[in-house]
Amino acid sequence: MEVSDIIRPENQVFCKTKLMTNTALSYCPGCGHGTAHNLTMEVIDEMGISEDVIGVAPVGCSVLAYDFMNIDMTQAAHGRAPAVATAISRLWPEKYVFTYQGDGDLAAIGTAETIHACNRGENIVIIFVNNGIYGMTGGQMAPTTLAGMKSSTSPYGRDIETMGSPLKITELIANLPGVYYVTRHAVHTHKHARKAKKAIQKAFENTRLGKGLSFIEIVSNCNSGWKMGPNESNIWMEENMFPYFPLGDIKVDGILKK
Amino acid sequence: MSELKLMKGNEALAEAAIRAGVDGYFGYPITPQTEIIEYLMTERPELRTGMVVLQAESEIAAINMVYGAASTGKKAMTSSSSPGISLKLEGISYLAGAELPAVIVNVVRGGPGLGTIQPSQADYFQSVKGGGHGDYKLYVLAPASVQEMADFVEDAFDIAFKYLAPVLILSDGLIGQMMEKVILKPQKPRMTNEELIEKNGSWATTGKKGRERNIITSLDLQSEKMEARVHRLMKKYEQMEKEDLRFEKINCDDAEYLIVAYGSSARISQKAVELARAKGIKLGLLRPITLFPFPKQALFELADQVKGILSVELNAGQMVEDVRLSVEFKVPVEHFGRTGGIIHTPEEILEALEQKIIKNGSIRHHKTRKSSIL
Repeated sequence: MEVSDIIRPENQVFCKTKLMTNTALSYCPGCGHGTAHNLTMEVIDEMGISEDVIGVAPVGCSVLAYDFMNIDMTQAAHGRAPAVATAISRLWPEKYVFTYQGDGDLAAIGTAETIHACNRGENIVIIFVNNGIYGMTGGQMAPTTLAGMKSSTSPYGRDIETMGSPLKITELIANLPGVYYVTRHAVHTHKHARKAKKAIQKAFENTRLGKGLSFIEIVSNCNSGWKMGPNESNIWMEENMFPYFPLGDIKVDGILKK
Repeated sequence: MSELKLMKGNEALAEAAIRAGVDGYFGYPITPQTEIIEYLMTERPELRTGMVVLQAESEIAAINMVYGAASTGKKAMTSSSSPGISLKLEGISYLAGAELPAVIVNVVRGGPGLGTIQPSQADYFQSVKGGGHGDYKLYVLAPASVQEMADFVEDAFDIAFKYLAPVLILSDGLIGQMMEKVILKPQKPRMTNEELIEKNGSWATTGKKGRERNIITSLDLQSEKMEARVHRLMKKYEQMEKEDLRFEKINCDDAEYLIVAYGSSARISQKAVELARAKGIKLGLLRPITLFPFPKQALFELADQVKGILSVELNAGQMVEDVRLSVEFKVPVEHFGRTGGIIHTPEEILEALEQKIIKNGSIRHHKTRKSSIL
């Protein structure tokens, strides 16, 4: 029996997401970014909007998102993706515009752009991958690094007295009137990934209906930055990240969850 | 239909932007250019042409909105004044790197720091020597009248789209604030999305309908690719020097002395030329209209004809360096300028010419040469 005899459509259980390119992902094995990319592209493909979508890539690990997502994409300066997306959406109101950003990009250097794009209620989707660390530069403290968590710039653990507390920017944003949908998810298990996909779908539906800003946080691992194995990092995430960044809807249809 | 109006420079520029069919303006208030966004907000261009006008949360957000708009092939612009332009420089570098067409207006005020709100030309270096990070240049237009504030908007977009590169209109508080008569061009229609896709669809991120995806980025992690990008930019700048250099010669045919000045300094120097001529001094004026490309060859040739050159600028001496480089030390070149928002008078300029060039020029030149040999 040859390999080609086994690889037949009728034997296929899983396949590569159609809207992902054939470029090998630059992410570390075990990282959640790949799943978050896949889910986003699956939703766009299934909604049949791949020709009407414009994505904005950040600076950080996902700076090369445009190498993997087979759609029109613009790469923004560090933290400025929401401003870039604002203009695209205003000038092309019939298009689906989304940003894909990490925690350093969205919640540190780009805080002003994030808050103001949200406050204006831009009709865009923001996908925010929060892994509590600067992955690309090699594991420095992020605005979302947990208290006591070690990084190369908080080698003795994040001291909240001098370094501040991890920023719950998602809760902050949910309180802005312009924001229509805010939810927090994870992608480390099938169950979580399915829920996250539903949220991403809802977000793009909101764009279709012109409802305003949808904000999806994905709490993810960074096994390299956290100096752990992939499995270990996922367990650590569940035990440490989820209590501080609890999963679930925060604001739905413009109404804050109690 | 063309219209004759009495307008402020800033307002003329804003009105010209609407009439040129600009798609988006993104700005943030700062003196002395706030009239631009005020005029646009008051005029409601969204009703006249569908133009989008948005007040951003910062100059940084505004330039990145321009980046976003430009990445989709739309005609987008922003304006600011010196401290605000400093904030925009990161975004301007990205525009140059990603090869995006956009127009940036700087109505210059005095600096450094918060400086003053009065007119200045102290952003010359920042404008023509790069400003932001990396190997890039801006095509820089320097208006010297309210008419040019209006006319240069369309000229700037023509260049921006010809080269897929950001273009700077370098004005100053004097040209921005003063009122003059201006002839406004008739309204041009904005490009429809279909026309835009037809024209810019090969590179713009408009959604990949009927084609392979487009990507806008300034990132090349492979050194060879990045170097190729830099070489591509340098080719554009060479072509700009060959094809789109603009300058004006006033009373240069029989000139024995020369003033080089742009923008408001050129307007004031023009009067100084009249005063000099009335005294029997054969003075000419070379006005660079583009600061990059710079009229190097014209200056090199004039240096064989004149005895000395005075670079008149509202700063502590910036363009004078380019004038010296252009004439290759064939004749003495001196700088005269006021700073702090003080505007030089024609009389002061003439006096500076007489003191620095006519009386002392040849001696100073001789001394400089000698000491440099030692």
